[in-house]
Amino acid sequence: MGVHTIKMPDVGEGITEAEIVEWNVSVGDTVREDDVLAAVMTDKATVEIPSPVEGKIVSIEGEVGQMTAVGSAIVSIEVEGAGNSPVEKAPPPPAAKEPPPVAEASEEAAEAPVEAAPAKAEPARPAAAGPAPAAPRRVPATNGPPRPEGERPLAAPSVRKRAMDAGIELVYVRGSGPAGRILSEDLDAYIAGKAEPVTSSFQPNNTITETKVIGLRRKIAERLQDAKKRIPHITYVDEVDMTELEELRHHLNETRRPDQPKLTLLPFIMRAMVKALRTYPKLSAHFDDEAGILREFGAAHIGMAVQTANGLMVAVVRNAEARDIWNLAEEAQRLAAAARDGTITREELTGSTITLTSLGSIGGIVSTPVINSPEVAIVGVNKIAMRPVYQDGAFVPRKIMNLSSSFDHRIVDGWDAAEFIQHIRRSLETPATLFMEP
Amino acid sequence: MNYLSCEVLVIGGGPGGYVAAIRAGQLGLDTILVEKKSVGGTCLNVGCIPSKAIIHVADEFEQAVKASKGEAHGYSVKDPVLDLVGAMEWKDGIVGQLNRGVEALLKKAGVTVINGQARMRDGKTCSIAGEKENTQIKAKFVVLAPGSEPIELEALPFGGNVISSTQALKLEELPKRLVVVGGGYIGLELGTAFAKMGSKVTVLEATDRLLPQYDKEIGTAVTRQLKKLGVDVHLNTYAGGMNKKGTALEATGPDSKSFTVDADKVLVTVGRKPRLDGWGLRELQLTMNNGFLAIDEECRTSMTDVFAIGDVTGEPMLAHRAMAQGEVVAELIAGKRRTFEPAAIPAVCFTDPEVVSVGLSPEEAREAGHEVAVGKFPLPVNGRAMTLGAESGFVRVVARKDNELVLGIQAVGKNVSEFASSFALALEMGACLEDIASTIHAHPTQGEGIQEAAMLALGHGLHI
Repeated sequence: MGVHTIKMPDVGEGITEAEIVEWNVSVGDTVREDDVLAAVMTDKATVEIPSPVEGKIVSIEGEVGQMTAVGSAIVSIEVEGAGNSPVEKAPPPPAAKEPPPVAEASEEAAEAPVEAAPAKAEPARPAAAGPAPAAPRRVPATNGPPRPEGERPLAAPSVRKRAMDAGIELVYVRGSGPAGRILSEDLDAYIAGKAEPVTSSFQPNNTITETKVIGLRRKIAERLQDAKKRIPHITYVDEVDMTELEELRHHLNETRRPDQPKLTLLPFIMRAMVKALRTYPKLSAHFDDEAGILREFGAAHIGMAVQTANGLMVAVVRNAEARDIWNLAEEAQRLAAAARDGTITREELTGSTITLTSLGSIGGIVSTPVINSPEVAIVGVNKIAMRPVYQDGAFVPRKIMNLSSSFDHRIVDGWDAAEFIQHIRRSLETPATLFMEP
Repeated sequence: MNYLSCEVLVIGGGPGGYVAAIRAGQLGLDTILVEKKSVGGTCLNVGCIPSKAIIHVADEFEQAVKASKGEAHGYSVKDPVLDLVGAMEWKDGIVGQLNRGVEALLKKAGVTVINGQARMRDGKTCSIAGEKENTQIKAKFVVLAPGSEPIELEALPFGGNVISSTQALKLEELPKRLVVVGGGYIGLELGTAFAKMGSKVTVLEATDRLLPQYDKEIGTAVTRQLKKLGVDVHLNTYAGGMNKKGTALEATGPDSKSFTVDADKVLVTVGRKPRLDGWGLRELQLTMNNGFLAIDEECRTSMTDVFAIGDVTGEPMLAHRAMAQGEVVAELIAGKRRTFEPAAIPAVCFTDPEVVSVGLSPEEAREAGHEVAVGKFPLPVNGRAMTLGAESGFVRVVARKDNELVLGIQAVGKNVSEFASSFALALEMGACLEDIASTIHAHPTQGEGIQEAAMLALGHGLHI
């Protein structure tokens, strides 16, 4: 018998630590070769760690959500033969944490249901008259838990009779007694109007659900926190008349070849960004603030925010400057699909130099996008709406859309930010210019 | 024709009717009660009360017989002789005393009692054919409480040696061989009593167990004791007719084989049916429910201000249900808000051992979708049960697993019918297991078994 130790593998270039997002085994399990032991997450890719050997799990290190350095031991497996690590003197007994304390707790709960029953421990209300009784009493009962639907109200005959005489239907009265029994006090509280009616749809919900923030959500949280902490944002909003562009887009969609993708607004806006970046190249950049270096890219690798079931991802349309409208549309669609079905690669999620974010028809009128650090600019797209515009002496209906864009104010002056957006606006309002080179 | 009018007219003076009338009278309502025979109904005259008297005689006589055989503890008697006529006289004395008691209560409450067969003409009018003179009553409110009567089998019409429970309680000569058709509680109570008095008793039951209205565990406990008494029990057996001489009953057993059982008397107790004839149901055209008068939770029929209570309104056909309904109806008529929605209606059965059941059996509780905790305490290990010479029985508590609310309590054993009060109280009060387990039950009583059963359901019995 020997022990085979499995270490956190080096799962990607330059990765020094990874987060354990799932344990598929626990101590005592027998595993075969290639059984999945755990899932770990690095940056934005999740990797499964298979077992290289057959044997019995003797220890696991690290909880779900814990960052573990590459190379540190995460699983020990007892194997036939020698194994790969010296057999240590009995590892710290795992028994202590093995049976979760849940079993004990639930047994206690069964023993003492009365104590467990009141959902919220209110401080005892002052009694209506006289000093509080010396003996510990149940909290009077304005707020018993609501009765599950379809359950008959439970009350002693005396309480039922009192309720009936008072013209009160007990289905509307909450019970604070054991098993939800309606006590005389509950009825008093109801009559005095101090009780929560049992069937009201306006009921306070004081539940608190704690969820460990792990995986992609944790990654998002960290990155956004970091971006907001480091970058002094400036957000600039202007409106764009999209009437002509929308006409063009409809025309192109109607006359496209079967092999061409349906065009959304995004490729047009990307195209407008590419054109604007020619004039304002320092907006396609990374600012390494620790090194104090601004890295300006000739390329426009446009990050594209994609909402997935797990959260937000930023897929990258590489070299947008080298793509025409159709190609931009195709690439954007491919990336969005890959992000949603989880087949997107690490490479496709990294390396953007400027980001475009859009919530489509629910885009609102203004947003304050957070810069995808270490980039210096993000362009946010709000919804298009038909609005009255005063033009040539009359109000005319126009399709108006706002662009809400944020910039790293350390690098980008307000003037430049505004100029950049105005450039985009002009391109979009005069769509023919989108197709003129350079 | 004698014309009367009143606020409340009660048809039928059984437990439901007389309670409704007394309560209405107490509440100051001008009330008339019409009864064909004597007040107290089936219960008092030919049911609960007289049968309990005869069962008591049978128990004492059986004990005397045991003592004569040297089977008693610490004493003996010589040649005890049953005096069935004397027993019946004692019973009739009790019935008569109670009849007079009820009459006195009605009078005290200011209720007018009219003897005769009531016949409703419409929802407000009733005529009574009297001996000399007919009476017509106009009433604002009508309470129908006509009761129920034994079901007659087509092949075994009552008459001659074929008797109902009513005639069985009037026998002056002990039948040597008594065949009981129908193994429900009425047949078994009387069958047991006659067996104890010395009859050779045979019970024929069409289903696969006795006391089919209770669960199997209870039926089994009673069946075991019946067999010890020497009662022959035939399950899955259908009664046919009497032979030509009227001395034996033809029957068909589970294997479809026919056989005959010699019988001096055949007691038919296959159930009771609502009494729907003779009082004018046709004139009222009331909505029916499965052969019974349909009522709502205020005991109202389909006709305005016409109420119905008791056996005529359905199962369980029990006197205490009718009484509770009668009280509700009287208070409703007096303008109070009332409903008849009890948490439980206890049922007792005076077999040997006795049976009491309140609420749901474990099976019924599961069928109702509950996860169930059951605590069952055997009574033979209880000290008081031992001193009573009890050899069998149990107390069983059924509760919800999640919040430990008691859903039902049953018991089988000597004198356990008296448990009905505490069982029903527990259910009406919405007791949880801990409420029963933490209540000090007096020692030495069989009632300690109730506490123990609750503890067992909580997972920690003390004396077991």
